[in-house]
Amino acid sequence: MSNVFIAFQTNEETRSIIEAIADDNPNAIINEQPAMVKIDAPDSLTIKRASIEEKMGRDFDLQELHVHLITLSGHIDETDDEFNLSWLN
Amino acid sequence: MDMKVAAKKLGLKERYAAMTRGLDWETTYQPMDTVYPYDKFEGIKIHDWDKWEDPFRLTMDAYWKYQAEKERKLYAILDAFNQNNGHLGVTDARYINALKLFLTAVTPLEYMAHRGFAHVGRQLRGAGARVACQMQALDELRHAQTQIHSLSNYNKHYNGFHDWRHMHDRIWYLSVPKSFFDDAVTAGPFEYMVAIGFSFEYVLTNLLFVPFISGAAYNGDMGAMAFGFSAQSDEARHMTLGLEMIKFMLEQDPANLPIVQGWIDKWTWRGVRMLTIVGMMMDYMLPKRVMSWKEAWEIYFEESGGALFKDLARYGITIPKCVAQATIEKEHITHQAWTTFYQYGAAAAFNTWIPEKEELDWLSEKYPNTFDKYYRPRLEYLGEQAKQGKRFYSTTLPMLCQCCQIPMFFTEPDDPTKICYRESDHNGEKYHFCSDHCKEIFDHEPEKYVQAWMPVHQIYQGNCFKPDVDPTAEGFDPLAAVLDWYNIQFGRDNLDFEGSEDQKNFDTWRQTAKSNG
Ligand SMILES: [Fe+2]
Ligand SMILES: [Fe+2]
Repeated sequence: MSNVFIAFQTNEETRSIIEAIADDNPNAIINEQPAMVKIDAPDSLTIKRASIEEKMGRDFDLQELHVHLITLSGHIDETDDEFNLSWLN
Repeated sequence: MDMKVAAKKLGLKERYAAMTRGLDWETTYQPMDTVYPYDKFEGIKIHDWDKWEDPFRLTMDAYWKYQAEKERKLYAILDAFNQNNGHLGVTDARYINALKLFLTAVTPLEYMAHRGFAHVGRQLRGAGARVACQMQALDELRHAQTQIHSLSNYNKHYNGFHDWRHMHDRIWYLSVPKSFFDDAVTAGPFEYMVAIGFSFEYVLTNLLFVPFISGAAYNGDMGAMAFGFSAQSDEARHMTLGLEMIKFMLEQDPANLPIVQGWIDKWTWRGVRMLTIVGMMMDYMLPKRVMSWKEAWEIYFEESGGALFKDLARYGITIPKCVAQATIEKEHITHQAWTTFYQYGAAAAFNTWIPEKEELDWLSEKYPNTFDKYYRPRLEYLGEQAKQGKRFYSTTLPMLCQCCQIPMFFTEPDDPTKICYRESDHNGEKYHFCSDHCKEIFDHEPEKYVQAWMPVHQIYQGNCFKPDVDPTAEGFDPLAAVLDWYNIQFGRDNLDFEGSEDQKNFDTWRQTAKSNG
């Protein structure tokens, strides 16, 4: 089993995004570093638009993630509603 | 009457398909092979470009929208940082030397990446891959511009920032990053994608941007943090492109596997060698440290790169052989590199120093197997000499590796007390290498690497002086003439940090900032 990860800049928008990810991925480990947050998860990680909208209290387009993203690893599968990271092996 | 039906908004997948399939066509006035002349000679077989899928599925309108937002955020931070004399808030002025190295070594590579992706974005015959490469070409231009903008503020106050582009083409250690990228852009489009898109972006940029830029933030540099993370926000897309290209080639034809594996092996090692400089910046040039090079290597290469290679095993990809040596070297190379730069500190466009005692203690703790045994005594000896007024500067020129162009300071993988030398003969000439892996790369493509512009050879051949210089004149000082050609101002840009103009100015300005005096 390998970890996937994703990292965001630390700011007001990503606070909600990270909270949503933590709720939706109970196995995820949130690692705070200077000016950034790295999230590791075994095998796969799912980011849900609906959960982020709930936290932010506004509409959210998953492509807004691009503005705050720092890095990631794993294969990406993205739709309008979900952003998935996973390893197939 | 027609029923009015609200047009349903296209989903992400349809929007992307419309852009990357519907807008492309097969040429008829000219054969496709004439329009795309470069995407076959490397031997990569592609049967169906329509199988290409970019998972981010970014369309042009979304691209412009989010990039514009990134720029607005970046420049807002930069303005605030500069308006407020943010440079005086960095931990100490030694840190600023890491930025000098960044501007002269890395920023010109961003521009080269722009050129490389613009070229590949024209030459690949699949529209999906072309669009992704063109976006990356624009990103890379943005990275170069934002770095120049951010760092221009430091040029108002500190030495060594004044002629970075000129220096990049001339200074001995800058030939390491320069030749790395020249090697990549002179390859075919598929090798370029493996070199930069995959090995560099996916496997290695995490080590360049993430811990180092997080470190810049930790040292109070909002300017570097802003451009670093803004660039890195594009990087997720770049990494994905690199990984997609690998998967695509491997899925298209089994005959592609050995070619791709050869490129992965080559470019992992080329990247690892170049990142020696980044590792040194992390261990020695950040006064406040987030993590050691060794720790960063373990997280981003061993753990995350390991997961990647395990995943790619289903296509038959194996972990590059050079990783075994890189794993041993993670405990050595930063110390070897800094000790070398310290000794060649008269010929560098930044200041060097011996770390303070608590910094040496930190290194001892982070490198328990190697630092006290091999490196601390050397650094302490050099520091002691400097205190006695005998600061050591080497004035001889080192032998360079013909492949990575790094001076021969790396040691044998099984004996850290012995410098590693390898050599090959080609057309009656002898060529020298730092390692088995650099030698192997040369042996595979000697015609390419014999053409390398080797800074030390060029100096000895008299090609690194200004045109009006007469090397036969009485009392000719070759080092001074070379520095003049580099546009390094002796005594300002180079030598020890202790006693430097930057050190004095920073102390004075910071005192002024803190008091009414
Ligand atoms: Fe870049
Ligand atoms: Fe080498």
